[in-house]
Amino acid sequence: MQSAPILTPSTLSVNDLPWQVDWDIHTCTLCGRCTSVCPVSAIELGVFRKRTVEATLALQKKPTNNYSIYYGIRQRTDPAYRCIGCAMCNMVCPNNAITPRLRPEATTLKFHNNRGGQARTRGGRRNDSGSLLDQIKFIRISMLTDPALDAGRHEFELRTLLGRVQPPEEGLHALEEHAWVPAVREIYPLMIGSMSFGALSPNMWEGLIMGVTYLNEELNMPVRMCTGEGGCPPRLLRSRFLKYVVLQIASGYFGWDEIIKALPDMKEDPCAIEIKYGQGAKPGDGGLLMWYKVNKLIAAIRGVPQGVSLPSPPTHQTQYSIEESVAKMIQSMSMAWGFRVPVYPKISGTTSSTAVLNNLIRNPYAAGLAIDGEDGGTGAAYNVSMNHMGHPIATNLRDCYEDLCTAGKQNEIPLIAGGGIGKNGNLAANAAALIMLGASAVQSGKYMMQAAAGCLGSEHDRCNVCNIGVCPKGITSQDPRLYRRLDPEKVAERLVDVFLSFDTELRKIVAPLGRSTSLPIGMSDALGISDYHAAQRLKIKYVV
Amino acid sequence: MCRLFALSSRDPVSPMRAIEALNVMKEGHDGSGVGLFLHDLGGPFGEMKDAPILSGIFTDDGLKRLDAFMDERGFVTKSTLVLDPKTKVPAGTPVRGTYMARAYEVPADLKGKDQAERELTYMTLRVALRLMGEGKEDIRVFSFWPDTIMVKEVGDPLTVAEYLGLDRPELFCRRILAQGRQNTNYAINLYACHPFFLQGVCTMTNGENTAFIPIKEYLLSRGFPGYMGYQSDSEVFAHIMHFTLKRLGLGIEYYKHVITPLSNAEMEGHPDRELLARIKQTCRKLIIDGPNCVIGCLPEGTMFMVQDRKKLRPGVVGGKDGMFAFSSEICGLDAAIPDRDEHADFQPMHLDTAIVRPECQEVTICNQLQSLPRPH
Repeated sequence: MQSAPILTPSTLSVNDLPWQVDWDIHTCTLCGRCTSVCPVSAIELGVFRKRTVEATLALQKKPTNNYSIYYGIRQRTDPAYRCIGCAMCNMVCPNNAITPRLRPEATTLKFHNNRGGQARTRGGRRNDSGSLLDQIKFIRISMLTDPALDAGRHEFELRTLLGRVQPPEEGLHALEEHAWVPAVREIYPLMIGSMSFGALSPNMWEGLIMGVTYLNEELNMPVRMCTGEGGCPPRLLRSRFLKYVVLQIASGYFGWDEIIKALPDMKEDPCAIEIKYGQGAKPGDGGLLMWYKVNKLIAAIRGVPQGVSLPSPPTHQTQYSIEESVAKMIQSMSMAWGFRVPVYPKISGTTSSTAVLNNLIRNPYAAGLAIDGEDGGTGAAYNVSMNHMGHPIATNLRDCYEDLCTAGKQNEIPLIAGGGIGKNGNLAANAAALIMLGASAVQSGKYMMQAAAGCLGSEHDRCNVCNIGVCPKGITSQDPRLYRRLDPEKVAERLVDVFLSFDTELRKIVAPLGRSTSLPIGMSDALGISDYHAAQRLKIKYVV
Repeated sequence: MCRLFALSSRDPVSPMRAIEALNVMKEGHDGSGVGLFLHDLGGPFGEMKDAPILSGIFTDDGLKRLDAFMDERGFVTKSTLVLDPKTKVPAGTPVRGTYMARAYEVPADLKGKDQAERELTYMTLRVALRLMGEGKEDIRVFSFWPDTIMVKEVGDPLTVAEYLGLDRPELFCRRILAQGRQNTNYAINLYACHPFFLQGVCTMTNGENTAFIPIKEYLLSRGFPGYMGYQSDSEVFAHIMHFTLKRLGLGIEYYKHVITPLSNAEMEGHPDRELLARIKQTCRKLIIDGPNCVIGCLPEGTMFMVQDRKKLRPGVVGGKDGMFAFSSEICGLDAAIPDRDEHADFQPMHLDTAIVRPECQEVTICNQLQSLPRPH
């Protein structure tokens, strides 16, 4: 008899894994595609030895052992190689012989995914599928609008302003006096959220910017795309497409070098500059580009050696406090582009958002405030940061908007909300709810990846390997073998589809509310929710 | 949908002329209320043009409190008009007290101040009186302004007008705004009854203002004490007009650019493109989404009618030299000025502002695509 295998505290069985691979020996052709495509090597070709005992009737002869060998697929149970449920194996299987299956009751892995004393990091967003935004309903249907507005036929002007809008008296006076006026861009209210060039693959970037350009130039939809921190490809900086891009620069000036070098050659100003102080999914952590993804190109753009992990650099030493830092960076970034480009900070949803906002109110160069709620996505974050830190966006945004109302500055400092929009697929409804709670524009990143590039991530910890550069779809990988799976043209096509359908849905929401010529920012009378306390907190109608 | 009727005449006319016009449009309102704005008065009040007139409804207690309040501030009663009902209270109309218009002699120190200060004082006093009366409902003030009387009550316009005996020479005037109320989405409240008045600016609306809440919040945050109340979604139209006129110093031609700005494509090639773009940008919070037809009167007596961006509400302007009217329906116009040239009737479309100046000579059409007079 063979000796028992070694069992350690960390030895897991397949049953301990949340994702289990079902493999059917009868239909498998042993082509090997599944194992070659598996991004985390959770499955491997297995050689199995089988013993069959043959005993004759009445034991006329001694029983014999027959040994046979067969080939198949073996699932690894080492936590480092656990199945992530991406189902790439199924996608490539000619016979549907293999598929991952979720066993939600298997929780053992949770206690063993920190081996080597390393807390788990992963991509994606909070593993909580609930969404307050999904609970909000639009309840103020205009039954008095006779004839009712028709989402398909009436004219719509669903545009928003990005940039510091002066109060009417000041704005008219400035025109009369030919005085300086802050730059204001008229943009589409749904922006593609910040995802950096290091986080996304070159193909994904190309696809997104192609789609954005098509939307702008062919369909007259002024869609804008935000870069994450850490610079921008030099060619894009010097191209005419820069005007569709919101450049992100963080408090550590990461990637700024490349931008400043390109400044004299810029044909167009960027749409805006977003100064990143925080990110909803990992507040306080900043960016975290793990070494797997720092290839030659990324290293060159960022001015770092290849193959080293790149957490966001600390705040620049010239900045002592957040108040000073915000003011200083807004000033210096505005100055870099001759005060022609709106500059605004992006912070993670936090109880002190209103304090940051109050500082911006008194800063004439502050062009807005982007707030990223706890449900925001990320390329890499510690599990604990993602799941247990940060502030939900709805209340945070509402507090800020109410603050602006008190100060009489609503719409003058646009609030850009992000974090969990379209988490469960309801992009337009979530965006409209946030707009009616007071957002001038909304940012969404993960939805774009899911819809335009087929990202497999879910809120049930499916896939979520963006951080280690093995994205099965090639969206967040810097490995050419992976990212060439992604066709940029197709990404662009899908992106255009997403925006067009979003536009239709947004009209279907606002038309019955009787709105069409201005974005219903702060139209809180249209919102209702069946949660009493949420209704009280958001100051919207309580409906059941 | 409410029915509106406004009249601008060179010679004073009876308010009943407007009420009768509302009556022929009866199908369009449910008779749940009537509001009247009477300006440029012809009777005895017309001879005291500078004296502010307080108009409203008061209980006996309210009257006492009013007198004490005004005495304390040095205002002396000059003339009082009490509308004493001749008939039984119509069904549905509550018994509220005395319907009154009282002209005051302004205290000496206020007389010496400039017009802006006087105007602010009148408004502040009206707001204070309104707030004073809100708890006990013993004081209901609609206006406190020279040469202006306002009457509001719940009930069918004609019945209420006959009950209050509005056909009296003291109420004859040159400018009338009248509304027959169709109760819509808000509870019946006297202060929700159009027209709405603020420092000489008066408007009334038919339709539903779907952008009410954001506009209301914006106006409230301006810090101007007159921007208050908002029992009706239409009150903001009067305040936007006031904001345009008094805060921005822009004339009536700009009002439509504030509430329904041109699209970017239409703005291309407009002689005032830069100014219009700036107005659109900075006044974005004041954009209405309709469907609304707004009729109003400015402090100096100019009357106007504007439509929402899509022109979803009816509205017609017509008349003859010396008398012009703005009406929700042509039948209202027919009833009030039957001997006009009907071919000259004008129905303002989505870009038009129809204006009749106090001289009542003609209807001027100001199209949004035209160049604008320089702001003053």
